[in-house]
Amino acid sequence: MTIDPVRIRKDFPILEREVRPGVPLVYLDSTATTQKPVAVLNAMEDFYRRNNANIHRGVHTLAEESTALYEQAREKVSKFINSPSSRQVIFTRNATESINLVAYTWGRANLKAGDLLILTEMEHHSNLVPWHMLTAERGVELEFIPVTEAGLLDLDVYRQLLERKPKLVAFTHMSNVLGTISPAQEIIQHAHAAGAVTLVDGAQSVPHLPVDVQALDADFLVFSAHKMLGPTGIGVLYGKAELLESMPPFLGGGDMIKTVKLRSFIPNSLPHKFEAGTPAIAEAVGFGAAMDYLEELGMQAVAAHEHVLIEYALDRLAEIPGVKVFGPSAKYKGGVASFTLEGIHPHDVAQIVDMDGVAVRAGHHCAQPLHEKFGIPATTRASFYIYSTLDDVDRLVDGIYKVKKIFG
Amino acid sequence: MDDLYRDQIIDRYKNPQYRGHLDPHDIHFEDDNPLCGDHIEVTLRVDGEGKVVGAAFDGRGCAISQASADLLMETVMGKSLDEVKALNKQDVLDLLGIELGPVRLKCALLPLKVLKAGVYGLGEASDDLVE
Repeated sequence: MTIDPVRIRKDFPILEREVRPGVPLVYLDSTATTQKPVAVLNAMEDFYRRNNANIHRGVHTLAEESTALYEQAREKVSKFINSPSSRQVIFTRNATESINLVAYTWGRANLKAGDLLILTEMEHHSNLVPWHMLTAERGVELEFIPVTEAGLLDLDVYRQLLERKPKLVAFTHMSNVLGTISPAQEIIQHAHAAGAVTLVDGAQSVPHLPVDVQALDADFLVFSAHKMLGPTGIGVLYGKAELLESMPPFLGGGDMIKTVKLRSFIPNSLPHKFEAGTPAIAEAVGFGAAMDYLEELGMQAVAAHEHVLIEYALDRLAEIPGVKVFGPSAKYKGGVASFTLEGIHPHDVAQIVDMDGVAVRAGHHCAQPLHEKFGIPATTRASFYIYSTLDDVDRLVDGIYKVKKIFG
Repeated sequence: MDDLYRDQIIDRYKNPQYRGHLDPHDIHFEDDNPLCGDHIEVTLRVDGEGKVVGAAFDGRGCAISQASADLLMETVMGKSLDEVKALNKQDVLDLLGIELGPVRLKCALLPLKVLKAGVYGLGEASDDLVE
């Protein structure tokens, strides 16, 4: 099945809006957050209109319904990433919180001074700072798989680093700046051979590619609902059962306990052990509708659609004198094009194309070390999703020519 | 053509009058906008009566931040340090002659933050300085 973005766009009310009178929106910032289809908006509204109650403890009808809807969303996540069991799917606030959860619980229980963690040079701040905090507290050491000039991970250096027997290899499955898709299976195999636990940051991969945790053999996988048509405020931590079982709880409070005495508690079983307090229930319901929508399209088709867009975008951007795109060729990347325009700051590029309704992001995209590596303070980033069209790319290119004209 | 990129701003960006680094100087400060990596350095010379007799900025960033810095340097020339301390957000917006959303406001105000942190002799350029 191939994706027809023109048909899909009818499901996204926001894409019909004009940014200002007569200027339709061209949304090219899906890597930051995606727009939401009517199915997701309706699912959340229906939940609040019909079912809303707190979950897991009530016995009344609404509580039963709400609990069932929340747990169905967990089942959907489990199927979406081919987890062996929905017990291994923990709902968090977002991918960032999921990584922090692992750093605080698994990290504190298993890491001591001198232990080595391997990350990559193209991590989002969310997969850097939680480990920085741990290095400050525990004295663990960090090493990084370098990114080559071509925007690919240098696996030769990785193999050398593995000889130092790291405890953890944590890496992004798809760079939010370069679009580079990591050879995750290979990275994980080598990590396991060296005795390391692996964490895959799937914030950009799960929304855009088929991801199968069992095929990858990932120990942990994290991602956020809002980057895959769902609402903000809910994300996922997947983990292997034996790891999650062995980890101490994260936040304490209601729902994460089996028994509470005045001076002690016994933690609940998985997945509730890691879900303290009332979770984002309506958001889980909306997230479930988002996954239904994506499954209907098929993740292979989603990836294929974005591949067509990025190939076209890279060709068109290459035509413009002064534009430099960062990252590998279309073959090795998802639907993300980060670029600079000679002599013009990315903020100015983003601001001027916005005049024509084109929404792109400018900055370091929460990947400051990667920008430093390439010697640039910031880039302009255009990113695609299921509702993006070739016409959107043309509008961006027209906008860039306008920027050049204004700056003469 | 949107007001944001009025000729004055593009002109100041491309042909700044006060870009440079004064050496020697009496006041020096530099800081970044962590959001976008803009960087501004300000150097001032002050005479015996506390009047600014030399002002220069250096750095990199978008047209708004660089034009704001250039216009600000022009403004502080001949002013007393107390007058410089009294400059605020509205003064910068008046200089630029445009309205800005919250994100670009940070770009426009970075030079004033850096300038005032330097004049007050503070260790960091806090947002409070430009309110």
